[in-house]
Amino acid sequence: MNSIGKTTAVALGAALMLAGPARADLTIGFSAPLSGPVAAVGQDQYDGFMLGIETLGGKLGGQKVTVLREDDQLKPELGNQIARKFVDHDKVDAVVGLGFSNVLMASLPRLVESGTVAIATNAGPSVLAGARCASNVFSVAWQNDGSAEAMGKYAQDAGYKRVYLMAPNYQAGKDFIGGFKRFYRGEILDEVYTAVGQPDYSAEIAQLQAADPEAVFVFYPGGMGVNFVKQFSQAGLAGRIPLLSAFTVDGTTLPSLREAALGTVSGAMWDVGLDTPGNAEFIAAFTAKYGRAPSAYAAVAYDAARLLDLAFARAGGDRTALAAAVKAAGAELKSVRGPFHFGSNNMPVQNYYAFETVKQGGKVTPRKIGTPLAGHADAYAAQCAM
Amino acid sequence: MSASLLIAQLLNGLQYGVLLFLLAAGLTLVFGIMSFVNLAHGSLYMLGAYALAVVSGATGSFALGVAAALATGIVVGALLEWAAASRLYRRDHLDHVLATFGLVLFFNELTRMVWGPQPLFVALPEALSGTVELMGFFYPAYRFLIIAVGLAVALGSAWLIHRTRLGMLIRAGSVNPQMVGALGVNIRLLNALLFALGAALAALAGAMAGPILSVQSGMGEPVLITALVVIVIGGIGSVSGAFYAALIVGLTDTLGRTYLPLLMREFASREIASAAGPALASMLIYLLMAVVLALRPQGLFPAHRG
Repeated sequence: MNSIGKTTAVALGAALMLAGPARADLTIGFSAPLSGPVAAVGQDQYDGFMLGIETLGGKLGGQKVTVLREDDQLKPELGNQIARKFVDHDKVDAVVGLGFSNVLMASLPRLVESGTVAIATNAGPSVLAGARCASNVFSVAWQNDGSAEAMGKYAQDAGYKRVYLMAPNYQAGKDFIGGFKRFYRGEILDEVYTAVGQPDYSAEIAQLQAADPEAVFVFYPGGMGVNFVKQFSQAGLAGRIPLLSAFTVDGTTLPSLREAALGTVSGAMWDVGLDTPGNAEFIAAFTAKYGRAPSAYAAVAYDAARLLDLAFARAGGDRTALAAAVKAAGAELKSVRGPFHFGSNNMPVQNYYAFETVKQGGKVTPRKIGTPLAGHADAYAAQCAM
Repeated sequence: MSASLLIAQLLNGLQYGVLLFLLAAGLTLVFGIMSFVNLAHGSLYMLGAYALAVVSGATGSFALGVAAALATGIVVGALLEWAAASRLYRRDHLDHVLATFGLVLFFNELTRMVWGPQPLFVALPEALSGTVELMGFFYPAYRFLIIAVGLAVALGSAWLIHRTRLGMLIRAGSVNPQMVGALGVNIRLLNALLFALGAALAALAGAMAGPILSVQSGMGEPVLITALVVIVIGGIGSVSGAFYAALIVGLTDTLGRTYLPLLMREFASREIASAAGPALASMLIYLLMAVVLALRPQGLFPAHRG
């Protein structure tokens, strides 16, 4: 190597070293289930997040942002690998998405250890809200029990004396039934757990009909919800037995349910029926861009982008200050869901609404009928040592 | 336990059984006669449901949707036979599994690219969206249509196999395909016909299931696994075996799901029963298959050989 080459190399090296810490651009790692049976949920989060960044001019906190997208396929081991890739290889400024509770829990150890700010847009498992809370891990979505707790409160307030509960036979199913029971004091006729991914509920619906409840509460996310609600309606029970649910009739399933979902009541922290400031603009922008109405998943991810915008602006270039900045930005955020801030355990403190599916101007749409839980903090915060 | 509830559960089991039969009939024919393992059979079921959703959505006619599903089944089935299956008949079963598993991934991705990950909407015809009252119990009218269609197909296939020339060739082909070929029968055409017929039945099953299930990418796989259990229990290659086994599996699964958790409460605490009951109930049909394989490996109703 001649001396000119050497000099160039040294100069280049020095330039690179200088460029390193003073990086102008931000990198965000986004992961969600983007294929398989729950792909619609992941897609809505990605689209909502990207829309959020777009409305901020492609910048977060004034810095240009690049989003790396990964599909966790709803597999915990894959979620863990993706988190490691984002943290160790891509050295991202923040991780967003993090998938379902089981995937999030698998990624958690590396995220906590690395200190990288992680914002869940789809999960808030009870252990993360409680004993394993971490200062750099947030949920901008919900603590998992929230919607079910709201429906329990709703059933209690509505004066239903005998209810029938159904959910898939896995941890989240048990959590949702537990959440409902935390606020409902009446008689529980039966708690039925079905196989995960079960397509046909005719046998269970016949049992339910025979039990003659005053109301039914179910948690059937995704395709299971479509199956259950269709079959419940076809059995002639819609309109005869009030159907309360969480994550069952939502923005991802309503387009394929339409009239079959009429009269059902859902507990959620957001739906298109909400008239909070900025919500109409968000819904219009999302619908114009993607040709479909947004779901709560999209709304949460949209909020995540705006939350990060505030947080990066607050933290300046200091990455170590980012976690505290996110926490403070939570109270500043003008969320499309209405009042919002982070609790001591980095879980949302927010309203949980009741939405009834109604027909308005020939369109089947959710309409807000109440706020069973206002400014609600989860039941696990006391177990969090932060 | 009231009698009307038991009747409703028996109807549920029957309806599930005939739906499984529609799927298993084609699978068992292709497996039994051409010795071809077709995992993509579930994709044909899914395509049938998509065809119904798209065509009945565009035209507003349920009957046209079902016709479109049948046509889709026949066309895609014939294409698959020509492009993939016919080239693999002479290869071993592992190659069949690999190739048709690839097709499953292809079709799942295709539907997702064209229609997106969201489930599609399927309207039920007004006349069938009501319920029928049975001794104070409401039963969905549409499920009676599924039962009627399934039984009609079962009768039709019995007639086809036992009373027609084509049926005679099918029976002969299942015993000794080389001999049938040597006697001057175009065995390749016979295979293609059978494959398309099986595909049409799978698509019909998908179309019938469309209004009650979520029509989305990947909907064919869980039901395909159950259909494989059916043909193993019934005896591979036997259509009547597939029919009886489908009813047995349908009833076992439905009644097991209903009564096993209730039964377990008699012996264990409610907590344990409500957790273990459904888990055990979902295993029942596999346990049944294991018992059948241990005691009668040829299946309960094997095709007559020799």
